[in-house]
Amino acid sequence: MTDALEIRNLRKVYAGGFEALKGIDLTVRRGDFFALLGPNGAGKSTTLGIVSALVNKTSGQVRVCGIDQDRDPEGVKRMLGVVPQEFNFNDFEKVHDILIQQAGYYGMEKGLARRNIEKYLRQLELWDKRNDQVRMLSGGMKRRLMIVRGLIHEPELLILDEPTAGVDIEIRRSMWAFLERINREGVTIILTTHYLEEAESLCRNIAIINRGEIITNTTVKELLLQMDRSSFVADIKGDFGRVPADNPYLMQLREDGSIQFQVHRGDNLNQVFELFARAGIEVVSLRPRTNRLEELFVDIVQADQPQPDGAVIRQPAVAGGNV
Amino acid sequence: MWQYRIAFQAIAGKEIRRFLRIWQQTLIPPVMTMVLYFVIFGNLIGRRIGEMGGFDYMAFIVPGLIMMSVITSAYGNVSSSFFGNKFQRSIEEILVAPVPNYVILAGFVAGGVTRGIMVGLLVTVVSLGFTSFAIHNPVIVLSVILLTAILFSVGGFINAMYATKFDDVALVPTFILTPLTYLGGVFYSIELLPPFWQWVSQLNPILHMVNAFRFGVLGVSDVNVWAAFGMIAVFLTVLVSWAMWLLKRGKGLRS
Ligand SMILES: Nc1ncnc2c1ncn2[C@@H]1O[C@H](COP(=O)(O)OP(=O)(O)OP(=O)(O)O)[C@@H](O)[C@H]1O
Ligand SMILES: [Mg+2]
Repeated sequence: MTDALEIRNLRKVYAGGFEALKGIDLTVRRGDFFALLGPNGAGKSTTLGIVSALVNKTSGQVRVCGIDQDRDPEGVKRMLGVVPQEFNFNDFEKVHDILIQQAGYYGMEKGLARRNIEKYLRQLELWDKRNDQVRMLSGGMKRRLMIVRGLIHEPELLILDEPTAGVDIEIRRSMWAFLERINREGVTIILTTHYLEEAESLCRNIAIINRGEIITNTTVKELLLQMDRSSFVADIKGDFGRVPADNPYLMQLREDGSIQFQVHRGDNLNQVFELFARAGIEVVSLRPRTNRLEELFVDIVQADQPQPDGAVIRQPAVAGGNV
Repeated sequence: MWQYRIAFQAIAGKEIRRFLRIWQQTLIPPVMTMVLYFVIFGNLIGRRIGEMGGFDYMAFIVPGLIMMSVITSAYGNVSSSFFGNKFQRSIEEILVAPVPNYVILAGFVAGGVTRGIMVGLLVTVVSLGFTSFAIHNPVIVLSVILLTAILFSVGGFINAMYATKFDDVALVPTFILTPLTYLGGVFYSIELLPPFWQWVSQLNPILHMVNAFRFGVLGVSDVNVWAAFGMIAVFLTVLVSWAMWLLKRGKGLRS
């Protein structure tokens, strides 16, 4: 079976001369739940914009479900559902009208359109809002409405550019459950997000893009296996000054009085507890400093910073890093 | 086109509903303006003028004024609506969907043509309160009005593609369309002009459309009617190609 998305040597130079994509390659298999991660301005939206025909590419190839974007642009669009990063509604239109209209652009008969609209509005808890103008919806509701709009024609590949930005945690959880469900039902999903917890819990495969280049492309599992250390935060009772400063765990006192430390792969947390115990310190609670993926992400992106002489040192931040 | 019938209906239907919903701004003002023209030029001043081109002055200016309202309404509808879609980015709803460029253009043009023709009809009905005329050649009347409405709808579309702010939408109507219309033989027969200015006037495409239309209504024209049709065809070809080229490049739509 053909891949859901195949990007070959994709370049984008914006009108001002800025090179936002420097010839990227990316493959997303059918049925995948794929995360495209990267810091602000990395080129995520540019990439997804080109796939969804909202941005002109400078060169390169894009194929969706085996269809070449240059040969059959309409064919590609039929396969795609697009949820952009920025709201792009006419604020004075009503929810239901927008969706009927969108279904019309996809050539859907009204009856089928109405059924899908009701199904997805109910699933994303917007059915009560169907007769409201968009301007009366909250930000989180607009995000969900964009998802309904992108799904109305039942696409093969759903592209979500920061679908959960500004959405409260409860709704975010229910959106995750919804996305997992449609993914199980066969829709391939690509999303960008700055919440790495989201990528970790939803996605199977990940690409990290930085300054217009893909610097990592692997499975979430493998990426996490590559982690050679984890950071923890411990709340303690006792005098931190009594812990020997030359310990191998890079212990630091944080502003709130808790202790931050790192444990390398193969190290044993018991050793850390012993160290505390010897200093007469009680460990009251312990938690990971950040989400694991977040820690990796920061490492990988930091290792990709340009050096003063302009060269980029691509030293793998993590053992076996696919950089 | 058949394959995209629903998409076309979606765009055209939305365009038509838009101007019908705000009929107080889209249908009434052009009719009001024309009533003023009828009262002031037709009735008050026209009585002093007497005849023009062999007709009562009022009857002479009616066809030109109908054309003028069709041109302004068709152009204004597409330019402001398409620019509004672009400005709010809701145009992206169409751009991500499998709608070929010619269907997008046709959908918006259908909106402009419908408004142009509705305003034209309203003005015609109102004009009957001031004068009466028989229609000399209905086929010419209908085809000229339809082609003109299409032509200026496409013109409004191009204007909106280039426009980056709302002011840009008013620029062309103010500095090009209005002068060309006033100098396009709406109010006078160019026989009144010295030969040099007659020749210059012949370069004005709107003069040809107005006269072709007047020929259809009254049976008199300052220009050759078939040449006028040829001119409309040439302009239509140029403008449609221009609009299609802009859409293909995504001018002002895709960065
Ligand atoms: N229309 C444009 N014209 C010129 N430069 C642009 C344009 N759009 C984006 N860029 C530039 O291209 C680069 C990539 O932008 P892009 O929007 O793809 O980033 P992103 O990865 O989506 O970031 P974010 O996480 O902030 O959404 C940025 O440096 C941005 O300034
Ligand atoms: Mg972005």
